[in-house]
Amino acid sequence: MAMQDTDLTVKAAAAEASADTPLDAPVRRLDSWREMLRHPGIVIGLAILLTLFALAIFAPLIAPYDPFDQQLSRRLLPPFWVEGGNPAYLFGTDHLGRDYLSRLLYGARISLLIGFGAAGIGCLLGVTLGVCAGYFGGVVDRVVSFLLTCQLALPGLLLAMALVFLIGPSVTVVICVIGLLHWSYYLVVTRAATQKIRDLEYVAAARAIGSNERQIMISEILPNLLSEIIVIFSLEVGVAVLAEAALSFLGVGIQPPTPSWGLMIAEGKTSVFLRPWLIILPGIFIFLLVLAANLVGDGLRDMMSKKSGR
Amino acid sequence: MLRYAGKRAILAVLVALTVSFAAFLLLSVATDPAAAIAGEGAEPEVIEQIREQLGLNQPLLAQYGHWLSAISHGDLGTSYYWRQPVSTLILDHLPVTLTLALAATFVALIVAIPLGTIAALYPNSTIDRFALTLAVSAQATPTFWLALMLIILLGVIVPIFPISGDATGWNYVLPAIVLGAHSVPAIMRLTRVGVLDVMGSDYIRTARAKGLYGYRLLSRQVMRNALLPVVSVLAVQLGHKLGGSVITESVFAMNGLGRFALQSIVGGDIPTVQMLVVLFALTFIGLTLLADLLNAWLDPRLRLT
Repeated sequence: MAMQDTDLTVKAAAAEASADTPLDAPVRRLDSWREMLRHPGIVIGLAILLTLFALAIFAPLIAPYDPFDQQLSRRLLPPFWVEGGNPAYLFGTDHLGRDYLSRLLYGARISLLIGFGAAGIGCLLGVTLGVCAGYFGGVVDRVVSFLLTCQLALPGLLLAMALVFLIGPSVTVVICVIGLLHWSYYLVVTRAATQKIRDLEYVAAARAIGSNERQIMISEILPNLLSEIIVIFSLEVGVAVLAEAALSFLGVGIQPPTPSWGLMIAEGKTSVFLRPWLIILPGIFIFLLVLAANLVGDGLRDMMSKKSGR
Repeated sequence: MLRYAGKRAILAVLVALTVSFAAFLLLSVATDPAAAIAGEGAEPEVIEQIREQLGLNQPLLAQYGHWLSAISHGDLGTSYYWRQPVSTLILDHLPVTLTLALAATFVALIVAIPLGTIAALYPNSTIDRFALTLAVSAQATPTFWLALMLIILLGVIVPIFPISGDATGWNYVLPAIVLGAHSVPAIMRLTRVGVLDVMGSDYIRTARAKGLYGYRLLSRQVMRNALLPVVSVLAVQLGHKLGGSVITESVFAMNGLGRFALQSIVGGDIPTVQMLVVLFALTFIGLTLLADLLNAWLDPRLRLT
């Protein structure tokens, strides 16, 4: 579940990846949208993701109140379905009298930004290292593999907590730290895939017509890794979202008054027995976002492994 | 085997050195430890004095050298935040985390292995789908949220288990479920894939042809081979549990290493945090080394790599 978790032990991931998707058919493109839209997991996942994106983008239009606006006379109102709820505040208000629905909507911005931002940084690092290691082999491969072993040994959550808190918590710092600590999965998969591709005829052909190493890696190999990269990217978005939520929950991530789902749960924690909705609601949003990212990732991987004949 | 073990051990030492350097470097550069000790609004002269006292004005590499040689002599330093030797603090907090990690691993195993096995024996059945749904949901649930939900359900609405502290064995039940749940998906999927692979292999067909069925087939032929990859993942998971205990211990107010680490971070106690990061990393390296050797002993083919 959360981040330690999320570190899903790349070993397991790698074992899983190799078991689920044998990389013996290197050219596998997810070209058919129609086919994707027949996979229930992908459809549900995409639907949730798009909804959350829409909510995040249009938050200023949808949100009934300013998420930072404190109305101390209206503190801790329950949501409309609980006795004493006020229909003007659908999900009630928090301990400072801020509208909970508005904060949840703006929270989607933070989670999506950090999820996609951190997964992007990790992607850049992991894919670069993975393609280089797979393509050049030899010493480069050994150095990169050593780096991987070291990265896996570091306690990710603890280090992320310490770094974010000591550097000074902000959205940018959280994105960078989580991204810098999550590149191993990209590396493992792209390295293996590149090793299969680099000996294919079309790569030899590209070399024969005078392409240099960089051109081959960028325009011949990289496009063929796209499907794998998209799969890992969507899984890593989930990992990053959980990591941010955990950091913010523990008080060493996003700081108040920014509306972050993890932070909102921490703020509601003190009244967990009296007002459980303060915890349940943001939790559901985190769950849905991570679930959607995982459904898309797992679904695409599914499709790829079926295409390659399993 | 000895040759392989030697090679793996050397690699482990190299990794340990690199990782300790990374931990030292990252946390020394991320902030100014002297300013953190002096506290907010301290005079520049005071900070300078602390820096000199602790040798923080020396080059980083020299500091790392001193640090490493002190560790190798068993001196883990003194925490200026807790005002106690770091080694004492670690030993004080270790039993809780160790118990919790082992209990959580036990929980994960008794859920994940049977479920993964049954799911693989009846692919695409209701139970397979249930297992898959469980894995997907568990992966998407934040640990701290699950903890709070269990507290509401089993601690308050149906008060069965204590929800805070580490005084009795009962205190470990909910935390172990929370921490264990997070490794259920990985172990379960791996078990499932392993069993599926083995069930489709030639030697199982042979065993079946010879009349081996049911439980005997499962225990003698299938599990022994299918669980091989689970051994390494288990070591990895146990290592992560130590680091992952931060969240669980914080929610359940348990006095273990994870909560201690969080308090040290918030207190700006960098030397202690560095030591904890290294300690967790070393545990992880040790466990994976152990798992690799165990695997090589179980499966001689692996010794060639």
